[in-house]
Amino acid sequence: MDKTGTAGNRGPRVRSDVWVEVSPVLSGGIQINIKSKVKALFGRQIRELAEEVLRFFELENAHVFIEDAGAVDFVLAARLEAAIKQVTKTEKEFLFPLLEENTTATKKDNFRFSRLYLPGNSPKLMINAGVHKPNGLILDLEDAVAPAKKFEARFLVRNALRTLRFYGAERMVRINQGARGLEDLNYVIPHHANMILIPKCESEKDIRQVAEKVEQLREQHEITHPVWFMPIIESAKGVMNAYQIAGADPHVAAMAIGLEDYTADLGTHRTNEGIESFFARSMVVNASRAAGIQPIDSVFSDVSDMEALAENVKRSKALGFDGMGCIHPRQIKVIHENFAPDAAEIDKAKKIFLAFKEAEAKGLGVVSLGSKMIDPPVVKRAMNTIKLAVNTGKLNKNWMEN
Amino acid sequence: MKKYDKVVKNAAGRQVPTIINGEEHVPFMGVGKHKPAGRKYAPRIASCADYPEDGNKEVSSLKEALINAGLRDGMTISTHHHFRDGDLIANQIFDIAHELGVKNLRWFPSASFPCHGHLIPYLEDGTINRIEGSMNGALGRFCSEGKMAGLGVLRSHGGRYQAVQDGEVQIDIAVIAAPTADSFGNANGVNGSAACGLLGFALADSQYADKVIVVTDNLVPFPAIPWQIHGNYVDYVVKVEQVGIAEKIISGTTKITKSPDRLLIAEMTARFCEAVGLIHDGFSYQAGAGGTALSIGNYFGDILRKNRWKARFIRAGSNKYPVEMLEEGLVEYILDGQTFDMEGIRSMRENPNHVWTSPFTSYNYHGKGNFASLVDVVVLGATEVDVNFNANVVSHSDGYLLHGIGGWQNTLFGKTTILPVPLFRDRIPVIRDEVTTLCAPGEMIDVIVTERGIAINPLRKDLITKANGIGLPVKTIQELKKEAEAICGVPDKPNLSNEIVAVIKWVDGTVLDSVYKVLE
Repeated sequence: MDKTGTAGNRGPRVRSDVWVEVSPVLSGGIQINIKSKVKALFGRQIRELAEEVLRFFELENAHVFIEDAGAVDFVLAARLEAAIKQVTKTEKEFLFPLLEENTTATKKDNFRFSRLYLPGNSPKLMINAGVHKPNGLILDLEDAVAPAKKFEARFLVRNALRTLRFYGAERMVRINQGARGLEDLNYVIPHHANMILIPKCESEKDIRQVAEKVEQLREQHEITHPVWFMPIIESAKGVMNAYQIAGADPHVAAMAIGLEDYTADLGTHRTNEGIESFFARSMVVNASRAAGIQPIDSVFSDVSDMEALAENVKRSKALGFDGMGCIHPRQIKVIHENFAPDAAEIDKAKKIFLAFKEAEAKGLGVVSLGSKMIDPPVVKRAMNTIKLAVNTGKLNKNWMEN
Repeated sequence: MKKYDKVVKNAAGRQVPTIINGEEHVPFMGVGKHKPAGRKYAPRIASCADYPEDGNKEVSSLKEALINAGLRDGMTISTHHHFRDGDLIANQIFDIAHELGVKNLRWFPSASFPCHGHLIPYLEDGTINRIEGSMNGALGRFCSEGKMAGLGVLRSHGGRYQAVQDGEVQIDIAVIAAPTADSFGNANGVNGSAACGLLGFALADSQYADKVIVVTDNLVPFPAIPWQIHGNYVDYVVKVEQVGIAEKIISGTTKITKSPDRLLIAEMTARFCEAVGLIHDGFSYQAGAGGTALSIGNYFGDILRKNRWKARFIRAGSNKYPVEMLEEGLVEYILDGQTFDMEGIRSMRENPNHVWTSPFTSYNYHGKGNFASLVDVVVLGATEVDVNFNANVVSHSDGYLLHGIGGWQNTLFGKTTILPVPLFRDRIPVIRDEVTTLCAPGEMIDVIVTERGIAINPLRKDLITKANGIGLPVKTIQELKKEAEAICGVPDKPNLSNEIVAVIKWVDGTVLDSVYKVLE
């Protein structure tokens, strides 16, 4: 009984997080020592939740130390559970109710201009992420979590999926590679994730094993909403197999490219212009389109240079991508603005669409605008442009009435 | 002497003492309700016969000046805070007082800073009886824990001028640290190695104190121009090695925020102002020096540029951002109350449209108007707001004194006052059922902007109508409170004693609220 379970973070710069130590002892009951910067206002609540969690895990004698920096309940409970599970064996899970708003299902062709990465073990970045209105929020269990923190991050991500407000963003999780990633799914699938990002995919097998595990969990937990996959291609081999990966499972809804690892694999450096990755990006776009899914571009890593980001987004859009990743909330707006159709594109699309409606009303088989004939794919693209314009707030959805 | 006595309920429903440190005070009666009677306080008439004809008022040391000024027990000593955390003079005054065995002094600074934590031993040994001025850091803790012998009195910058002018606080000795002065006592803050821009906070002190000492490290031959402080008020001039530490005079807070959450709040604030028509050609605004306020100023600049408009004036604590706008031609005047960086100081020195003001011209409520009420948009911070839009700027939700009032209360008289605040900080919701300390009656606050929504004071029906359909999340303040509590939980009340340790004055000198002792 001399083991101590620990979880969380502490230090002068830590906020919205908590450090906990749980040491089971032979007798003496539960002793909780709390240090908190919000103790005057939340000391009682912290103690009560800690007692509840310990009771739930049937810990009767333990010393508990809590060093809190303003963590909300779901964070504290996740930290306690992670610490307790290091020192006791239990299959139980301390779960908060799943927020009603966190039970929405998403569509395969959901709007995915922007998806914001949130390090899976950093609660401070999670709390307000949704208010920045990305299309998707990714709780990242992979690269953003240090190896020593992988275990505790699962509880935090699980609790976040249930309790965190996403403000309409699609609920995504990036799992780890291989066996660890499959284990991650146990903490994710039962808690209404909409999309799983699968890193470093090189073959269809990488997708199939995830799909099988997800299917098994869906049955076990009687899950009815769809769980989509977004494989991330991050190697030369992955690029060569892009089309097979894109078509590996009907739940693959989008495919992304990760350029940091890819350029390293090529033995070159990533540049803002991206000439070195032109082939790979084109492959991902082409393979995705061929498989009928969304091609998604890599993140842009210089968070302070919004102009370079805007240029990058324009190049992405021109290559045929449908969206890209963000690592800072400030990037979201730039990505939306530059992926969205511009005024000239919207104007042209409106004219084409109106001409199409007019031809339809007159029962004409051929659409013409001025002296030009308009082909069906052009009409389809115009309709898509209008949809994007409405979705990005560039066009009022009742524009036809005005 | 009791610290306070005769506690009554004032017009804001708060319990306040009417006898404070042995003197009678009027409880808050409502905004604009208290009408002063009588005449202003006047210092003693001086005669040139008592001052050197060659104009040289220099004495050898601060100690000599204080002795000549008659420093003795129970006096009121005033200082200004233009040097912020780089002030080297205020502490020396009390070192000297302590050395001379003088007791029971009232320190009356225009604000205190962490560097003044040095004075705690003097508060403990009775050299200083109390501080009447802002208290934060170690001094805030000291006062909040009930350790100060006298009762603290917190006033706004305008309220401080008012208190001096009305004779509510009679200053015995004003010590004015000056970056530049001549031996006659003329002084300014624009030149010298401790340049701080202006000396407006020392204006009342120079005009009304019984004795005035100017301390400088940059003594120039007469005349020291501009003479922001007139030597005609000054008794003694002291030359010292150094009056302030330049790096610490420059405030560390004057950078645009990089926090995405605060940037979002700033952007929402600017979008709101634009959408409801608060920004127009010739408008004016108050720009704070905090990161969020600076960012809002930046967004205002974008809106002015886009529309080819000019702001008539910015009321500022200035720094490089408003200066850039002035130089770009986006604004015609900066009316400056305190300067926060070298760019602000340079601009004030070089540009006649960058105007140094004082709490008299900008904020004094017992004057024939002041320009605070002419400002169109005022953007301020707050530690707490309650569901009736009452706001707190001085204490943390745990009850500890945290900030001074500064010009905050005075600027509330602008046409539209907006508080951009996060919905919660470190789990502590900003919107409460009741503020811990009342600094602004709710009728003075028009709009709260948080990252999760905007609440408009129901009294501002015009804004509520205009905000309809502008595409921003307008909610009731109750809805915002609930939203925060759903995330953070409902906080308990802080553990406060019913013992009063300080009071908050309103701009007219009445007592608005009490600050209570924090219990462990």
